[in-house]
Amino acid sequence: MKRLFVPLILVLLSASLSLAEAPAPKDLKDLYFGEALYHAYQGEWFDAVSRLDTELALHYGVDEPARDTLHYHVNQAEFDVGDFELYYRMHRKAGRAIKAVIEGNVPEPVRNEAIFRLARIYFQKGQPKEAQEAVDRIKGAVPEKIRNDLAFLKAEILMANGRFAESARIFSDIQDAPGLLGFSTYNLGIALTRDGKETEGRSSLERAGQIKSVDNVTLAIKDKSNLVLGEKLLSEKKFAAAKDVLDRVRLAGPFSNRALLSSGWADASLDNYQSALVPWTILAGRAATDPSVEEAMLAVPYAYIKLGIYSKAALLYAQALEAYGREIEKLSASITSINEGKFLQALLREELKQDPDWVVKLRGLPEAPETFYLLDLLASHDFQESLKNYLDLAELRVKLSAWSGDLVAFKDLTQKRRAYYEQLLPVVDREFRRLDTLMRLRLSQRDSIEKRLHAMLTAPRPEQLETADERVTIERLNQLERKLAAAVPDASGAAWARIALLRGVLSWNMYTDYDHRVTLAFRHLHELNSEIDRMKGEYAAFVRTRQAATQSYEGYDDVIRTLSERTAAARKNVDKLMSRQGKILETMAVTELTRRRERLEKFQVDARFAMADSYDRARRAQDKKRAEQ
Amino acid sequence: MSYRLTGIVVTVSVLCFFSAAYGGDITKEELKGQDEQVQDIKSDVLAISAELAKLEEKLLYPSSTEVSVFVSLAEGLTFRLDSVELQMDGNIVARHVYSFKELEAMRKGGVQRIYTGNIRSGDHDLLVSVMGKAKGGSDLRKAESFKISKDVAPRIVELSLSDQGITERSR
Repeated sequence: MKRLFVPLILVLLSASLSLAEAPAPKDLKDLYFGEALYHAYQGEWFDAVSRLDTELALHYGVDEPARDTLHYHVNQAEFDVGDFELYYRMHRKAGRAIKAVIEGNVPEPVRNEAIFRLARIYFQKGQPKEAQEAVDRIKGAVPEKIRNDLAFLKAEILMANGRFAESARIFSDIQDAPGLLGFSTYNLGIALTRDGKETEGRSSLERAGQIKSVDNVTLAIKDKSNLVLGEKLLSEKKFAAAKDVLDRVRLAGPFSNRALLSSGWADASLDNYQSALVPWTILAGRAATDPSVEEAMLAVPYAYIKLGIYSKAALLYAQALEAYGREIEKLSASITSINEGKFLQALLREELKQDPDWVVKLRGLPEAPETFYLLDLLASHDFQESLKNYLDLAELRVKLSAWSGDLVAFKDLTQKRRAYYEQLLPVVDREFRRLDTLMRLRLSQRDSIEKRLHAMLTAPRPEQLETADERVTIERLNQLERKLAAAVPDASGAAWARIALLRGVLSWNMYTDYDHRVTLAFRHLHELNSEIDRMKGEYAAFVRTRQAATQSYEGYDDVIRTLSERTAAARKNVDKLMSRQGKILETMAVTELTRRRERLEKFQVDARFAMADSYDRARRAQDKKRAEQ
Repeated sequence: MSYRLTGIVVTVSVLCFFSAAYGGDITKEELKGQDEQVQDIKSDVLAISAELAKLEEKLLYPSSTEVSVFVSLAEGLTFRLDSVELQMDGNIVARHVYSFKELEAMRKGGVQRIYTGNIRSGDHDLLVSVMGKAKGGSDLRKAESFKISKDVAPRIVELSLSDQGITERSR
């Protein structure tokens, strides 16, 4: 079953060859950039773009982007965001982003890589003229890693623009390029053929059809080359040559059914029906869902008729009729199932997406028979794109739904915070104001002390550094003097002398201890400063916490309301687009299945006539035999 | 039956075997228009996502308390990582079991943000426990403790896992 994936890979070849996965920087400085790559490497393009977009916006929003960690990777980030958008199939936005880099002041190799990516976008969008204009702007040094991919893209663009000779020259130069083995030679053959150089073109296809490789994709392009060349020879009635080429196609490869069918027709065209039966019989035994197999079911009995074995042919026509009937029934059931919406439901089954082979698993769902034909439908580019769009829209719907819930929770959260803090904060603020006043007073006192101490360094003031005991003693001496003067006005000089002596002792102590006291005062001031620093730190922490408390609920109402409205509008839009996209998918699927059913119905008619004809011939042959006896 | 032979369509497919096969009522223009509208809605939703991320960060993880822990794999790592568990100050804050896709993404250089939360300023204990399988297939367990300090700026911690052990790089 997995071989059916290979045609899909080939269909996407031009993209897969050039979409080299962006490597992570060797020395990653910005972890958020690394996170975007983590999502990208898992194919989570929405998250990758979203993360990198946010990171780039933050980078350009800071005052000094050169000091931001993304600065080291900003060029790659700019490229990658465009690349991720391209992977997310946002061609228009990716084109704009990369264009901005091209017009920016960047080194030549960087600019050329950007132009390469832009050209690739245009080419994938089916705008070969714009793609040509873009690649024509590439001048000078091109990074080694994209050199071959660029050449391949240039040749593809030239071919799409009808410049086959130029295209062929480039394809010819890169035939041996790593990763392009077989593809360049095959395309060279096509370009030469379109340029009217039939012989050279055929020779290139011949070479591509004989490439030696063990790689599955290279082997598939080898098969494709042989099939294209074989069918071309067949159409030119070069049956023997066609047979040789078609028989090179692997029996287990993705193109084997068509090759077997054509190989049989090559034999039949040479009237070699015995040989034609070999590929056709192999083919007729395969799954009846393949158009080549369905055709082979008619081709085998046709060969038997040509060989004169009418009864066997009649039997095989009957078997073909039965198989067509079963297939038509299945197709009708599939169309009904699609019309009932089961096809779209099946596409969105979560458990399937966990499996890398989900498309194969999808084919086995009994409740959605139409999914059995999905691989064939997927081979169409438009169907693939529509399916991807549908799945992307489904992913957006899930995200938007989750965000709506988040926004309701955020609103609730801010309301609860408001209710809690609005009760608590007035008390806190009152206490804070009291402490703040006290603090300011103490700070002012400290400043005054510092000023006085500094003044004392130039003009000593010992009295300002008296101790508490000394102050008490001086006060007591003042009291004693007042009492002495009032009670004994004519007291003898001895009492006054004793007081003066005590005053002298105090002054002596203050003057002799002055330097020590100044040193001590400065030490205390220093200790006070440490305490003040700690207090200021706590003050700042409190202010921050206080602000954070308010900021935890204030200023969000408008943002939450706006985002809720935008989310609701986007949900509505996504629902509308998803419904339309679903209808497109259903129509495509129904159209394809109807076409197949009609084809089978025609086969049925042919088979019925042929069966009747075979019976007639068999009977006539039998009659003739009897008559001869 | 000669109709089969003459009627055989031998198509020389030059660029692609497969062509669009859908009803005439869906035109290329309609498909293009629908695709452009899908691109537009993707842009809208990405813009909402960016706004929402900003709101979440302000509302749920203010920078004064925000801490984010990232996990990366060192180049040349030979053991297969199964899971990582983080304990902050004795409490389990994150536990992640890795899928094949996630491991491949990390091997290519992608970095996983395993945890974003809030812690208060000061020193905190971070215990990182890693489980996996050694090259030979035997079970492998590693655990390392780190001291992380938080100040007013958002705290970013990178844990790099290698064969030698777990390295913490502060950012």
